[in-house]
Amino acid sequence: MDGQYFFELAFSGLTRGSIYALIALGYTMVYGILGLINFAHGEVYMISAFVGLTAAAICSLLGFSLWAVLLLTLLFAAAYGAAYGYTIEKVAYRPLRGANRLAPLISAIGMSIFLREYVILAQTADFVAFPSLLYNLVEVDFLSDYIGSGELILTLVSLTVLGGLFLFLRYTQTGRAMRAIEQDREMAMLLGVKVDQVISLTFVIGSALAAVGAVLISSHMGQINYNIGFLVGIKAFTAAVLGGIGSVAGAALGGLVLGLVEAFAAGYVSSDYEDVFAFGCLVLILIFRPAGILGQQQSEKV
Amino acid sequence: MRNLIILFAFALFAFIPQAWAAEPILIGVAGSFSGDLAPYGIPPKNTVMLAAEELNKKGGLLGRRVKIIAQDDVCQPNAATIVASKLMDQKVIAVIGHICSGATNAALSVYRGKKLLVISPSATLPSLTLNGQNPYFFRTIPHDAVQAIRQADFIVDKLKYKQIAIVHDKGDYGKGLAHQLKEALKKRGITPLLFEGVTPGAVDYSALIHKLKRLRPQIVAFGGYHPEASKIVTQARKKGLKMDFISGDGVKDPSFLKIGRQFVEGYYATSPADISTQPLTLEVLKKLKARGQTPGNFGLQAHAAFTALVKAIQAAHSTDPDQIKAALQKNEAQTTLGKIRFDAKGDVIGSGFSVYQVKKGAFIAVD
Repeated sequence: MDGQYFFELAFSGLTRGSIYALIALGYTMVYGILGLINFAHGEVYMISAFVGLTAAAICSLLGFSLWAVLLLTLLFAAAYGAAYGYTIEKVAYRPLRGANRLAPLISAIGMSIFLREYVILAQTADFVAFPSLLYNLVEVDFLSDYIGSGELILTLVSLTVLGGLFLFLRYTQTGRAMRAIEQDREMAMLLGVKVDQVISLTFVIGSALAAVGAVLISSHMGQINYNIGFLVGIKAFTAAVLGGIGSVAGAALGGLVLGLVEAFAAGYVSSDYEDVFAFGCLVLILIFRPAGILGQQQSEKV
Repeated sequence: MRNLIILFAFALFAFIPQAWAAEPILIGVAGSFSGDLAPYGIPPKNTVMLAAEELNKKGGLLGRRVKIIAQDDVCQPNAATIVASKLMDQKVIAVIGHICSGATNAALSVYRGKKLLVISPSATLPSLTLNGQNPYFFRTIPHDAVQAIRQADFIVDKLKYKQIAIVHDKGDYGKGLAHQLKEALKKRGITPLLFEGVTPGAVDYSALIHKLKRLRPQIVAFGGYHPEASKIVTQARKKGLKMDFISGDGVKDPSFLKIGRQFVEGYYATSPADISTQPLTLEVLKKLKARGQTPGNFGLQAHAAFTALVKAIQAAHSTDPDQIKAALQKNEAQTTLGKIRFDAKGDVIGSGFSVYQVKKGAFIAVD
């Protein structure tokens, strides 16, 4: 197999993987802090894509340049997605904070169904075209054999956002508060951390990341409908579990591993078996490291 | 006075055509009129009812009235066998139906050997006619393999391409069509460079695109529906790939053009030939609209099945199944699908697939 093909596939996997990582972070951050799997996360992704479509249409009408349209669309979708995340937490999860573990899970599934039906009723059940914001935006000569302009921007933006998040968690007061709650919520509360506020912020950040991913992928694929969150949600959740759910670095790594495995399986074997390899890889890793690649083994008190 | 009324009554009776006195001709309609698949079955029932009413207004068939007996099989094989027995008990001379291939197949096992004419407007499973076990079965819709053979003919004879890649969406329709195309190409001694399925809804198809870039097919045949088709062709064009694309009727949809924009220019799609401009079809559509009904996917095929049956009975001057069968195969009937007749196996001749190409944002028939 020749080198060029290998690198093409590698970049293809990187593109895919960075998107999975972006969305997996939303799952993993919420899980880390609340021990809850936010099934409505894929729907936040989907709704943000619709918001992004509106924003892109308005910005293009106002005659902004392509870069400005992309930037404004990303910001607008992120803001809206964050607002949805905040509201979902307030409405569906906070009232159930002290309840049985299953209750918020069912509430999450309900929220997910509600958001899908809402988009079907308020928008449309059909596919809608999404403008190609990334196409021909940049041309990097030495890379153009391996990766298109769209994929390049997509990968760079998601990696930048990921990097930003790491710095945020590591070096800011709020980031430290988040990590503190993750380790021991009660102790953090006793030490004066505003737990509710930080949990809200977790949802805001996770949803904003999903929104960024949604705008990038939608302009890459060129179309959206009410159902796009489903498969992406499942893949991102898989990535989060693969990397070790609850671990931020793990989610990023899991996303990239999943993306690369899929791309190489599709390229060297057959795209028929893309999912088989992806989930086969998940099974293997979970056999040898049940908590995921970077997950910590947790001993539960009996 | 009283005498006058009796006289009047007798006079009135005398005006009623002789026909109404005779036993009506019974024709069955079977299909899914309830359940998930009702949208496929109700329009055929409606169009056959409409056609029968008009026929009765014009004096009926062979001087007798036509009566339609509709039976719901919910598209389920076990229900279809019960429906088939019921229709035979009622001594129908023919059945328009059934709708789904599975149900039709089950019903045919009951009709088999009974010399009952069955004309389906929608069952596309190739073996129903091709297995030769149902000599009295006809259909007004071309079967699935016909579309794939049409694609193969077009690719090989018209475009003169030999380097072909086949991609599908792993679904029943898409994979089925892709598989039929592969078989059709095999008969012409061509092995596709690639035959594989993609996962609908994936975030990225660039691995497949890179594979296509390396294999350099002259044309990519995609079996599936329009959303994935437009995603794949869009990504290919953005990567500068210039090969042609061809798909089936699942892609010939207005939203394909709306979503694919400039990237789908030149895309080929096979689809049933456009019949909406024929006067007879327009008339039927207008009448359906006046009743608040739609032709659905198979309504016009059912109307055509009924018309062809009526014409054949008129030509044969009898309700004998063998004579009707001969007339169906020999005589062309002017129907909502155009002029049609049937081949020896029972498949429709004259209602086929056309090849369309996207030109300036519209599907234009090219072959």
